[in-house]
Amino acid sequence: MAETHAPADSTRYYLPHGSPWPILGSVALFCLMFGAVSYLNEWAGGWALIPGALLLSTMFFCWFGTVIGENQHGIYNDQVDRSFRLGMIWFIFSEVMFFAAFFGALFYARNFSVPWEGGEGVKVLNKLLLWKNFNPAWPTNGPAHIGGRADGTFEVIPAFSLPAVNTIILLTSGLTVTLAHHALRATHRGALTFWLACTFLLGFSFVGLQAHEYGEAYREMGLRLSTGIYGSTFFMLTGFHGLHVTIGAIMLTIIWFRVLRGHFTPNKHFAFEAVAWYWHFVDVVWLGLFIFVYWI
Amino acid sequence: MATTEHGAAAHDDHDHKPHGFWNRWLTTTNHKDIGTLYLVFSCIMFFIGGSFAMLIRLELFKPGLQFLDPALFNTMTTMHALVMIFGAIMPAFVGLANWMIPMQIGAPDMALPRMNNFSFWILPFAFTLLLSTLFVPGGGPAGGWTMYPPLVLQTGSALPLMIFAIHLMGASSILGAINVIVTIMNMRAPGMTLLRMPLFVWTWLITAYLLIAAMPVLAGAVTMLLTDHFFGTSFFNAAGGGDPVMFQHIFWFFGHPEVYIMILPAFGIVSEIIPTFSGKPLFGYDAMVYATASIAFLSFIVWAHHMFTVGMPLSSELFFMLSTMLIAIPTGVKVFNWATTMWRGSVSFEPPMLWALAFLFMFSIGGFSGLMLAIAPADFQYQDTYFVVAHFHYVLVTGAIFAIMGAVYYWLPKWTGHMYNMSLAKWHFWLSTIFVNVLFFPQHFLGLAGMPRRVPDYAVQFTDWNMVSSIGGFGFGLSQFLFPYLIWQCAHGGAKATSKVWDTSIGLEWELPSPAPYHSWVEAPSMATIEHGVASH
Repeated sequence: MAETHAPADSTRYYLPHGSPWPILGSVALFCLMFGAVSYLNEWAGGWALIPGALLLSTMFFCWFGTVIGENQHGIYNDQVDRSFRLGMIWFIFSEVMFFAAFFGALFYARNFSVPWEGGEGVKVLNKLLLWKNFNPAWPTNGPAHIGGRADGTFEVIPAFSLPAVNTIILLTSGLTVTLAHHALRATHRGALTFWLACTFLLGFSFVGLQAHEYGEAYREMGLRLSTGIYGSTFFMLTGFHGLHVTIGAIMLTIIWFRVLRGHFTPNKHFAFEAVAWYWHFVDVVWLGLFIFVYWI
Repeated sequence: MATTEHGAAAHDDHDHKPHGFWNRWLTTTNHKDIGTLYLVFSCIMFFIGGSFAMLIRLELFKPGLQFLDPALFNTMTTMHALVMIFGAIMPAFVGLANWMIPMQIGAPDMALPRMNNFSFWILPFAFTLLLSTLFVPGGGPAGGWTMYPPLVLQTGSALPLMIFAIHLMGASSILGAINVIVTIMNMRAPGMTLLRMPLFVWTWLITAYLLIAAMPVLAGAVTMLLTDHFFGTSFFNAAGGGDPVMFQHIFWFFGHPEVYIMILPAFGIVSEIIPTFSGKPLFGYDAMVYATASIAFLSFIVWAHHMFTVGMPLSSELFFMLSTMLIAIPTGVKVFNWATTMWRGSVSFEPPMLWALAFLFMFSIGGFSGLMLAIAPADFQYQDTYFVVAHFHYVLVTGAIFAIMGAVYYWLPKWTGHMYNMSLAKWHFWLSTIFVNVLFFPQHFLGLAGMPRRVPDYAVQFTDWNMVSSIGGFGFGLSQFLFPYLIWQCAHGGAKATSKVWDTSIGLEWELPSPAPYHSWVEAPSMATIEHGVASH
């Protein structure tokens, strides 16, 4: 890497040098996608995903490494900092819209397609001709009872059991990351390390409990990805959310290691804030899930 | 590699172009080089997508099955759309954004240059995945670019290739859009206030918001297709409580904003070209900005006008019909403002202006046929006929593509430092304009007479206009070869361009020398420069 040597001066523009990481990232994405295609088309086994995943991890490690290094050298001025902030905000917004697609599917199924299949309103012929015995009550795996146990039935996870515990865990982690932020701004490094560790440990315990819940659903409750529209929306929404919690917790862990190395100052700690924003986003999505998927 | 300009002289021509293919093009962080990559890529895709269209017109020249078997014909219509939308039009606009936005707002580069490189280089890999579907067992995707289930779920090995290609294109667009927003919000020179920004920058800012809001929804929709096909979910399976129509709702929630993603930057381009060649500032600048924003907002509440015949409740038909018609109001504001800009101006007819004027007339034709289609009861008649094909080609070819051509002819001298061959450019324009109408205008008649779209064969009474349309198609396709030739010629020589290029050009980019320096505004332009540059509004 050519060494950059711009002053962190807000009257000057910062222009980075060429970087091999984006093109490596593109190759990595291609390998990962082609691996996934090969796996799904049964051209190859699951191992086909490994090369792309390894390349992608390498790319992230190196790219973020470069950025962290440049940041530690004090190259970035306030304008670059603002660019990063805006970029992160709009990235999170794009994630919100991704979840919106799946929430939209849930609302459409509950409010339109399932009642219509039960013969509501002008769709009365569905009841008279197609599915005479279908009770269009939510939760459902549809008029043909797709998936579920051998007799087509399934159970749902009650909201005020493990999901409520997970809600408390995630909300608490939102609190601890804020406490860590306050500690960072007040230069209490000890408290910062402690609260940040609490945050990612809570995050990983959330993922652990969620995995436990999935295990029970699959083994005992007849609730699987293939259990009709309920199983589809349940697992796709909670699954993508769980994936985001995992990514968030990994990022928090990396931030924690950076804290141990003495990174971040009370005034400049964009990476910390970006991950904290991401964590709050994951938190808010969970509240939506808890209310609309588990509770009502 | 030098990285930071200390910017003693804003107009310093001595740049720091990296040498060698790897450093110059593969690892580049320069907005102009990335813009060039986007434009070259888009041009290649334009010809690939165009060759698919030629095969379609070849098959439709006569009734009966001559050249393509029906499955391949359907693959051609599907791939033509996907390649033209995601490979030709969108990357062309991103390329123009890359080249022009930093120059127009007084910035040295895009705000996130490395991410800029990433958003481009994802694309060639995405299209490798997409185009490889032509060679896999079961053939390419043939269910139409809208990928409606359950039909699309019958696709063979091509299905995951197409879906992951779309994921990658979406990722590229989202990263590009984030970069555009951050650049415009954070890199404007002091004094370049929001309501001083050129219309091209404004329309791109709004387009970027549309992209960030719409592309993730498409990603969600195709992910559901993937899990329905491979993992047994029931999103689009009525037996499991889902609904195939649900896909159409999610898809068009993306799809309609997508239509405006492909036209708003075109509006911006036309709003740059018409004032320059009318020798007058843009009429109603503020109204243009607000009209663009209104169109963008409305684009999110009209999606189901693509689905009038699927059996929606009457209340939805009414809502989507009326909301769609509302779009005519801000669009009318724009068309009238362009016309009024020319009113009593000293209009000159250089190539960019010819394309912009052709845009004005023919985009309006597409807009009016759009209004006809917006009327739900009338749409019952037009749905899935060639009338729809004629409508969206007037909007996308004589709208988006013509604006892109106009933009290239407008800014090419600024990019290369040379004037291009004016008479050849006019030949390109007139051949394109005549043939494009021969190609698409008869399709209105075919559609109204009842010829369905997406068919390789048709009833004999449709023969005459299909032959006319095909002749127009071949003529339009052949005329496009003038375009890369002309650009090649211009890049390699020609009369030296002045910094102004056009006598009355308006905008900050014309305050830079031609060709523009490698890093556009190393130092923010002075207040006087900005005021001189944006004297238009």
